[in-house]
Amino acid sequence: MQRLKDLAVSESGFLFDPYTGLTFSLNQTGRFILEKLRDGLSEPAIRQALESGYQTGPGDDPLRDVREFMQQLRESGLLPAEERS
Amino acid sequence: MSRHDLTIAVTGLNATDNPGPGVAVLRSIRHEPRFTGQLIGLAYDTLDPGLYSEELGLAASFLIPYPSQGVDALRERIRYVHSKFPIDVIIPTLDSELPSFIALEEELRSLGIGMYLPTREQFELRSKVRLAELGQKAGIEVPASQVISDARELYTVHERVSYPFMLKGIFYGAHHVASLDEALGSFHATVAKWGVPVIAQKFHAGEEYDVVAVGDGLGGLVGAVPMKKMFLTDKGKGWAGVAVNDPNLIEMTRKFMAATRWRGPCEVEVMRTPEGRYFLIEVNPRFPAWVYLAAGAGQNLPYATVQLAAGQAPTPLPDFKAGTMFVRISLDQIRSMSTFQELASTGELLAG
Repeated sequence: MQRLKDLAVSESGFLFDPYTGLTFSLNQTGRFILEKLRDGLSEPAIRQALESGYQTGPGDDPLRDVREFMQQLRESGLLPAEERS
Repeated sequence: MSRHDLTIAVTGLNATDNPGPGVAVLRSIRHEPRFTGQLIGLAYDTLDPGLYSEELGLAASFLIPYPSQGVDALRERIRYVHSKFPIDVIIPTLDSELPSFIALEEELRSLGIGMYLPTREQFELRSKVRLAELGQKAGIEVPASQVISDARELYTVHERVSYPFMLKGIFYGAHHVASLDEALGSFHATVAKWGVPVIAQKFHAGEEYDVVAVGDGLGGLVGAVPMKKMFLTDKGKGWAGVAVNDPNLIEMTRKFMAATRWRGPCEVEVMRTPEGRYFLIEVNPRFPAWVYLAAGAGQNLPYATVQLAAGQAPTPLPDFKAGTMFVRISLDQIRSMSTFQELASTGELLAG
């Protein structure tokens, strides 16, 4: 979690990891999910927040979005494996 | 002259596409608000770009003999420079000249010239040939390696160092090899340029990080700034990079300092694998060419070295700012032919 809190995220969604020097670009949904993760919200709570915060269409799957994004964070070393649940 | 009005001479002004660190060291010292002394450039070639830099504000520049000309020639030249501009501190910045400066350290000290260099023993312990020994002594993970002096050894090297591996020259150069044929070709190319031995070092895929650091000579760390290269030249030199704050890199550097009681500047090269293992792959015994990033990020390591070399206690260094970047640039410096002429004919150049 500390790694997530240490990330520098600009308003435009540019993310810098001061630990590795790697940079990423986040879209609006990614920024929203990251913000909630940094607030300590669980996966279901983030999905709920995403559903109430964004207008979702019939093909949308907020839970999948959250899981995919968290997987990308793990692959980048920003979320530890033990936080998988 | 006040306590801080030091005259500091720096070598390695070859700021080419494979740059020597001298210009970055001089810029770092210039960057220090407390510095009020004067700077002297020591160069090997009349066209070393740092000689022509107005930004550095050099009081004078002098050509010095190549290391191949021996210690006596260097001693004589330094004595001459010292007679014209009494030097307080010299910061040598090139691997190839360090043995000569280390040999002259005591003698120069008696003339009032301070340096802050590793001892001969420290210098040799960090050599590529002894990396495994260093790793064991410091408790640092290093890639499996084997020193090779004869091409025939390559036929069995895979028993100790599996393919792919890096074949490294004793001083410079590294080739990634994945087969015996490639290893034989690289061995002969490397030996032709740098002589024997060469070092086969197991290749670990991952991200490379470099740490510029200064050791206090007692096992402690004066300061350290890790960097991730963001852009490489075709020679593999970092042309852009960013300061990062991975505590594992600082810890490895601390272990190196503690085990060797390193005295002076160095660059620690580390490979971080995707599994999170950290391998020490090389230690360079001097500042890297990107050291100005350290000053820009808040830790002026060259100035701390000046203070140590002058016998002063270095001002405690603040934390550096991760995310500080450097992006190198090539510029054409315009000068009149008289500048070149003066250097070529007299071997020195005085300001004004």
